[in-house]
Amino acid sequence: MAFPETHERETRTLLSRHMGEEEARTLDGWRERGGYGALEKALEMEPDEIVTTVKESGLRGRGGAGFPTGVKWSFMPEKGDDPHYLACNADESEPGAFKDRELMRWTPHLLIEGCVIAARAIQAEHVYVYVRGEFFEVIRILNRAVTDAYEAGYLGEDILGSGWGCDLTVHVGAGAYIAGEETGMLSSIADGRAEPRIKPPFPAQSGLFGDPTTVNNVETLSSVPMILDNGADWYRQWGSDDSPGTKLWCCSGHLNRPGNYELELGMPLKDIIHDVCGGVPEGRQVRAVFPGGSSTPILSRDELDCETTYEGLSEAGSALGTASPIVMDESTCIVRAMRRVAHFYAHESCGQCVQCREGTAWVTKILERIERGGGEMEDLDTLYDLCEQMTGKTICVLADSVVFPLESSLDKFRDEYEAHIKHDRCTATA
Amino acid sequence: MPEEENSDLVSLTIDGVEVQVSEDSTVIEAAEKAGVVVPHYCYHPGIPTRPAQCRVCLVEVEGQDKLQPSCKLPVQDGMEVHTDSDDAELARKSVIEFLLVNHPLDCPICDAAGQCMLQDYAFETGQLQSRLNEEKLVMGRDRIADDILYFADRCIICTRCVRFMREVAQDDSLVVAQRGDRAYIDTFPDEDLDNPFQGNIVDVCPVGALVHEDYLFKARAWDMDKTPSICPGCSNGCNVTLDTKENQIVRLKPRYNGEVNSYWMCDYGRKHLVMGNRGVRTEVPLVRQGGELEPMDWSDALAAVGERLGGIEGGSAVVSPDACNESLHYFRRLLDTLGVPADAGSYRVEQGEEHTLPGFPKLTLREDRAANGTGADLFGFRRVESWPEPEPGAPLFVLQETLREAPESYAEDASFFLYLGSHLSPAARRADAVLPVTTFAEMAGTFTNHEGRVQRFQKALQPPGIARPAWMVLSGLLARSGDGSPVLDAADAFGEMTDERPEMAVLNWGRVGLKGQTLDSGAGAEAGAGAR
Ligand SMILES: Cc1cc2nc3c(=O)[nH]c(=O)nc-3n(C[C@H](O)[C@H](O)[C@H](O)COP(=O)(O)O)c2cc1C
Ligand code: SF4
Ligand code: SF4
Ligand code: SF4
Ligand code: FES
Repeated sequence: MAFPETHERETRTLLSRHMGEEEARTLDGWRERGGYGALEKALEMEPDEIVTTVKESGLRGRGGAGFPTGVKWSFMPEKGDDPHYLACNADESEPGAFKDRELMRWTPHLLIEGCVIAARAIQAEHVYVYVRGEFFEVIRILNRAVTDAYEAGYLGEDILGSGWGCDLTVHVGAGAYIAGEETGMLSSIADGRAEPRIKPPFPAQSGLFGDPTTVNNVETLSSVPMILDNGADWYRQWGSDDSPGTKLWCCSGHLNRPGNYELELGMPLKDIIHDVCGGVPEGRQVRAVFPGGSSTPILSRDELDCETTYEGLSEAGSALGTASPIVMDESTCIVRAMRRVAHFYAHESCGQCVQCREGTAWVTKILERIERGGGEMEDLDTLYDLCEQMTGKTICVLADSVVFPLESSLDKFRDEYEAHIKHDRCTATA
Repeated sequence: MPEEENSDLVSLTIDGVEVQVSEDSTVIEAAEKAGVVVPHYCYHPGIPTRPAQCRVCLVEVEGQDKLQPSCKLPVQDGMEVHTDSDDAELARKSVIEFLLVNHPLDCPICDAAGQCMLQDYAFETGQLQSRLNEEKLVMGRDRIADDILYFADRCIICTRCVRFMREVAQDDSLVVAQRGDRAYIDTFPDEDLDNPFQGNIVDVCPVGALVHEDYLFKARAWDMDKTPSICPGCSNGCNVTLDTKENQIVRLKPRYNGEVNSYWMCDYGRKHLVMGNRGVRTEVPLVRQGGELEPMDWSDALAAVGERLGGIEGGSAVVSPDACNESLHYFRRLLDTLGVPADAGSYRVEQGEEHTLPGFPKLTLREDRAANGTGADLFGFRRVESWPEPEPGAPLFVLQETLREAPESYAEDASFFLYLGSHLSPAARRADAVLPVTTFAEMAGTFTNHEGRVQRFQKALQPPGIARPAWMVLSGLLARSGDGSPVLDAADAFGEMTDERPEMAVLNWGRVGLKGQTLDSGAGAEAGAGAR
């Protein structure tokens, strides 16, 4: 399987260094590349020291919310009689995101190593890796790697003779986007429906099976070994103060070179689009971008100067999310694009909260009608109203995931909606 | 003492009204105490989990930017809660609007109309008309148990039914299927709901999505009268409400009593009474004259019976464990007067399988399928498996036992046979006098449940003909021979009974109230009785 060439501005030295190398998947190949060295180091450290190092590195969660990882770990209570768990979120389902799959396909041992280090840091005796059910290849690769890691003593009762150990289970999900929300995932692992629950209590207080649990994303955990290997300062040489390090960017849509790119945090969005990804095909212009996946507020062509850090995208009125820019050129009908996005979230709503269950579906129906021809100007007011009532009132943020892109598209592309309503068809792409 | 009590209490304000509640309360409970009912669907005080999922109970709390679900939010000292702020009211209104998006609004044919929490809030927030321009999702209806129908389009996915089954009945057969606006409630394929307590899901359903088939289209909520009562199905004594229409019991609904049945009752109890009123009723006193039972009015009948009793000494008696305490009391007094030996009175209790509600074990459908076996014991009647054949040539006195299952020859040779009952079975027709008495639903009185809790029931139905409560008939009969005076009121009958019976001296009509009082509730045990 070929892997795309490295772009000159890529920092393909860290997370994605061994992507594309078949042997890196095997235990021997991984060891030859220095694999499990960080784990050996971690086994000689006190759990607190590991937490401190990760805290100092400034690593932020790559699952979407960007919460500082070391800080999250420090929320775990002191280890008592109750078991502690680490749950690795490998349910990657956000439209636009495809980085975790690549990490697991190419470097499964990197994830395992990160999991074991994190488990030691939070004193977990069991790690669950919750993999999206449709990732057949990944599941096969991961299972293989886990078996090998057990055999080699990187997993199990007494890891590398340290006297400390932990187990790791690959848990295959059943195909629901909402299983990626952390409390929904924990419920799914424990044989329940993938339904988020109200917080508090947070997973660190009451998580898997009611015990203290930390949930981390695949990319987050895969970033841990290099931080332990090289130290927090080393990691901070990339990115900004608030967004240190590098990150995988899943670039899709109307691009000449879509794909996964490991980039230093902070590159202007327009450079990612035009330079790294080779711009938009056939000389067309960008119309809009969902910069962090389909749940982030839409940016118009004039807003692409922003820096791709957590803070930079937030200042631009959007969010880094899963760092998955979906680029749409002039051939894209915004109404149609929004209808597709809304439909996705309506389909994936777990259905507990009235605002989300009914709101996402209602919004979708209105957008469908506008798209079909049959919209009315009042529909736009209704959409704004519904957005208002779907924001910040539900158990999880899935409802907000429709509101962010929808409301921003209404603000920024109102003329397109209006034209659509007036002419009962899309005029922008005609 | 006062400080100790206060240490568990916190003070907060709800819409400016200060309340004190225990520190483990939630805001919705505090609001209730302040007299503010916050709309709620998924929250049910009898179901342990609080998923806070319907999001209709949102309130504003000073110092928090987001609206908070009051059903889940723990109270804190000094909290200032606004249920009536513009944001909170708008959020609630919009939840109703969202709920109506796919709701059929078929209130005119819905059994829940008039007692529906969606209809109520929709009226309250003034919006039975929605802005919806789109087609509604239609899902249809389904049979979820052999006697329960599920109208999916009316369902608001509050999951109360699923959580009642899972957490209270501890039965996993009911689940949410699908997700988003396609979600619905279902059982697993090829598995039916089959649980002795499943009827409660109909009660917890805040809308008309779950309906008892027996009850379908039978009565509109506003056409029914509701009377607090006690389920007579077994010795547990669940507190219920009798819903009646046109002098018929339409259904029983559980009535909260934290000491007996919480918010629940069993299915046997629901059906037992509605189905169980079979047989021919006694309507007027009948006294045998020249071989035939002749109808009479009460004063003639009591005079005739009184006369016959004058010459009687000894005999035996049978009572029903469905008779109330007051009736048993006067019956016992009559038997004493007539010199019937104490051990010559017996009662028999129909037996059935026991079922316990796991999430509230005090609610157990007891083997004793009668309300007042404990009362019969208390008044000295002997429990038997089958009634002893009355001694030939001796008198026989029967209180409320229908004798439906008596052997054909039963009481054939009695020298005198007095029957006080509500139904006329073949054996009862052999009586020398039949005095028509009311069923418990047609009178007021008390039962004593399996653990000695004395509980009141009230009159819900008009009796047929000129039937009277047995305690009234019996006190009238006793008065004729100069023993006291006729008692016309249940409270007075209760008062005489508790005055005369030392073991009942702790009881007080007012304290028995709607929640009951236990026989061992001396001064010290007061707190337990009737506390919510
Ligand atoms: C609707 C929804 C879906 C989510 N899906 C994912 C997912 O597929 N993968 C993931 O890592 N995080 C997902 N998250 C975020 C997780 O809840 C959680 O914040 C994250 O896994 C924490 O890991 P991190 O701290 O390492 O980022 C989702 C959140 C929401 C609200
Ligand atoms: S917001 Fe939507 S997805 Fe999240 S818990 Fe509520 S209904 Fe489920
Ligand atoms: S059937 Fe009734 S109780 Fe059950 S989820 Fe639907 S509305 Fe709630
Ligand atoms: S348990 Fe007994 S008293 Fe309670 S409802 Fe059932 S039959 Fe009636
Ligand atoms: S009643 Fe509080 S969220 Fe449903």
